[in-house]
Amino acid sequence: MTQGPAVEAQSVVKHFGDGPDAVRALDDVSVTVARGEFFTLLGPSGCGKTTLLRCIAGFETPTAGRILLGGRDITDDPPNRRRVNTVFQSYALFPHLTVAQNVAFGLQMLGRPKAEVRATTDRMLALVRLDALADRRPDALSGGQQQRVALARALAPQPEVLLLDEPLSALDLKLRKEMQSELKRLQHETGITFVFVTHDQEEALTMSDRIGVMSAGRLLQVAPPRDIYNRPVNRFVADFIGETNFLPATAHAGQIRLRSGEVLGPTTVSGAITVAIRPEQLRLSDPGDHEAIPATVEGSTYLGTDSHLHLRLPDGSRVVARIPSLPQAEPGPAPGMPVGLRVAPGALQVLED
Amino acid sequence: MTEIRVAAPATPARAPAAPRRRPFSAASLPGFTAVALLSFAALYLPILTLVVFSFNASPSMSDWGGFSLHWYRDAWENDAVQEATVRSLVLATLAATIATAVATLAALGTTRQGHFRGRTAIYAFINQPLMVPEIVTAVALLIVFGVVRAATGYQGLGYLVLAHSAFCVPFAYLPIRARLEGLDRRLELAAADLYATPLQAFRRITLPLLAPGIVAGFMLAFVISLDDVVITEFVKSAGQDTLATYMLGQFRRTLTPEVNAISTVLLAFTLVLLAGVFLVTRKRA
Amino acid sequence: MTMATPEMTARRRRARAGWLLSTPALVLLLCGAAGPLLVVLVFSFLTKGGYGGVELPFTAEAWFRIFFQRDIFDGTVSAADAHIQIFWRSVWLSLATTLITFVLGLPTAWFIATRPARTRTLWLFLITIPFWTNLLIRTFAIMEVIRNEGLLNSALLGLGLIDQPLQILFTDTATLIGMAYVYLPLMVLPLYAAIDRFDMRLLEAGHDLYASRWALLRRVILPIIRPGLVAGCILVFIPALGAYVVPRVLGGGKNMMVGNFIELQFGQARNWPLGAALSMMLLLVVMAALLVYVRAMAQEGRDD
Repeated sequence: MTQGPAVEAQSVVKHFGDGPDAVRALDDVSVTVARGEFFTLLGPSGCGKTTLLRCIAGFETPTAGRILLGGRDITDDPPNRRRVNTVFQSYALFPHLTVAQNVAFGLQMLGRPKAEVRATTDRMLALVRLDALADRRPDALSGGQQQRVALARALAPQPEVLLLDEPLSALDLKLRKEMQSELKRLQHETGITFVFVTHDQEEALTMSDRIGVMSAGRLLQVAPPRDIYNRPVNRFVADFIGETNFLPATAHAGQIRLRSGEVLGPTTVSGAITVAIRPEQLRLSDPGDHEAIPATVEGSTYLGTDSHLHLRLPDGSRVVARIPSLPQAEPGPAPGMPVGLRVAPGALQVLED
Repeated sequence: MTEIRVAAPATPARAPAAPRRRPFSAASLPGFTAVALLSFAALYLPILTLVVFSFNASPSMSDWGGFSLHWYRDAWENDAVQEATVRSLVLATLAATIATAVATLAALGTTRQGHFRGRTAIYAFINQPLMVPEIVTAVALLIVFGVVRAATGYQGLGYLVLAHSAFCVPFAYLPIRARLEGLDRRLELAAADLYATPLQAFRRITLPLLAPGIVAGFMLAFVISLDDVVITEFVKSAGQDTLATYMLGQFRRTLTPEVNAISTVLLAFTLVLLAGVFLVTRKRA
Repeated sequence: MTMATPEMTARRRRARAGWLLSTPALVLLLCGAAGPLLVVLVFSFLTKGGYGGVELPFTAEAWFRIFFQRDIFDGTVSAADAHIQIFWRSVWLSLATTLITFVLGLPTAWFIATRPARTRTLWLFLITIPFWTNLLIRTFAIMEVIRNEGLLNSALLGLGLIDQPLQILFTDTATLIGMAYVYLPLMVLPLYAAIDRFDMRLLEAGHDLYASRWALLRRVILPIIRPGLVAGCILVFIPALGAYVVPRVLGGGKNMMVGNFIELQFGQARNWPLGAALSMMLLLVVMAALLVYVRAMAQEGRDD
């Protein structure tokens, strides 16, 4: 499925306002999304992810740089001449048109014959399982149903790329989970390239083929979910995706050591560094284990299946380890108890600050 | 139902001699309700009296002589009234149409184009007829149209149409602008995203959603034109009475309930239009 | 660095579209309302023509004549008492109208705003109806009530409070009653809008802090709804000052207000420059009142 780029952003810069007080919403962003890919732009609010999406849709004109669709420069095309469609955050359904009329709108604007408009509309409504509500008005629908109308409306004209601007943020948790798998199914069935914007890292990890993490108008890392999680390029990415312990350390002679001297693991760099370790990559062992780092329990948080154990290391820094919760009868590690701590092989991430 | 009946006997037992308590309300102020109801009575009593006496059989406006519709018949058969009515309706239709058309364009210009230099000035200029006393505008138009009359010899309805269209503009503009400001701009983006050209987006999305505002604006402009006395009195050419100026003329003579009858019909007409505005603007915001 | 960014170009294009779309309305208003006002200004500085109209040369005589008069025989200048009396009547009747409508309007607006949501719309509609009803009809209706044989006198006679009808019609009192009646909705609507935004929980806080209901009105409610109060007063005062129909119908020929006096100059008195100067004078006073209003609102904006 992945052959040739569907959409490309080349050194896109976007400033809002003029002069010295201009806001740099996008700061030299370049990214290539492959055909048929589910690509997610992830970042906190205000990081520029929505601005990038709006540049692709044509609602914003980049201050500099180019947008390519299927290899063709569309930077100066108005939105209505770009074969991309958007699922808006607020859905933006036309309140005076029925569900079917909303879905048919794009096809009508493209001047498709009546019979084709009808057939495609029916097919799309069936695809999102809304055939029964075709003649309702949007305000008579629930949030989840409106969401599906918005999807069907954007998919109906068979765009080269479908842009989704935080489409699930207005839904409650249960519905959101449902819609996540629904979206995956739709993408699979239609084969259309999806560019998805979200600030929810879990959503990004579960749904995407690749994720682009953004912060302050810059694209920090583009990689598949596993690499983003396990090989974050910097502290921001490591911190934003999942939970992480950051430890100050020293690398010397192929070994990473805590400031207090205990060996954490091997490395190829040297100097003062920061290492990141995910909580679930830390294992408990006996206090006497001489290959483990001695630590002291400070407290624990019960999370259900797992528990977070708060520990203090010899150099005074604090870490969290995620361990399976013990059966209720068994006493857990009590505050003040000494334990040994092992780092899972390959779990150590050396970060550039 | 049964539950209430079962519970009922318990109440007096629990509070044997307690006087009925008025619930505490932080928002109630002493005497306010009485004054308010008095105001409503004062507003409606004169109008109701006027309506009732339009059905009076006797020509008196204070003694009731039985029910009759003959003042309505008199008004209907009065050539001057007929002529003035037709003129009023024609004038109001023309003025409201022109005012609504230009007000719609202006509302689009002042709400859809972002904040630009001069927007506040345009806004103030459009609302200018609301600020200048009518008598001043009336005098100004009397002078200017007098000059135009002398120069061209034209005596037609054009002067009234121009004057009425002008002072109706703000009344048409305000509801249209309000509607436009309440309209979600993302709908137009969505239309563009779905391949609609700007013109198609306007015709298929903006205009249908704007329609209630335009209808409300038209109806308000219509009512305002129909009601105008001062400017019409100064601008009209000889023999160009509207219903309002005809009535003003009648006050100089001995009044008969015929004026009540005309007023009642006009009142009913205004009410219907207002109810229309009310219903149209309440529908799907 | 004055390079045109895409934003600047787009903004310029939108500004042009904004002006272009507004042009028909602006032209219409220029021809049918605002433009002629300038002609009036010019006329106020011309000399009175023999049979109405105006002649050259330019002079400030009309403006002078608003306040002063020259004795025909010895040319001495004295205050134009008749004019001043008309101004004075206009101003005090307008102020009194504003006061009466406020005293009645505040409780009315409060009453509407404190109704349950379902009936509130109905009460509001009831206030709107008179607002849109023909001014002439309303003037006529109130005239029917205060006539010698009208409802008011019949009621007072019937109750034995008076033994002969009160002559109200064709007095200043009639004009005052009429204007208060006609302009009451203009006071109620902005007051309602302000009270509607008022947070009623503040009253509970006030009660909690031992305030009486009057203290709440004076110390909490009135200061907070002040923008609506100022708006209501301006909305009543301005049209009252320029009133024409009400004093003409209810005040009779002698109890003129400025509006009727202006008309007189263009009719029987045939003194167009004086009429024009009076019109401009009235416009100036109204603009001054509006300026006070705008500044009060701006002040309010800063306070927030």
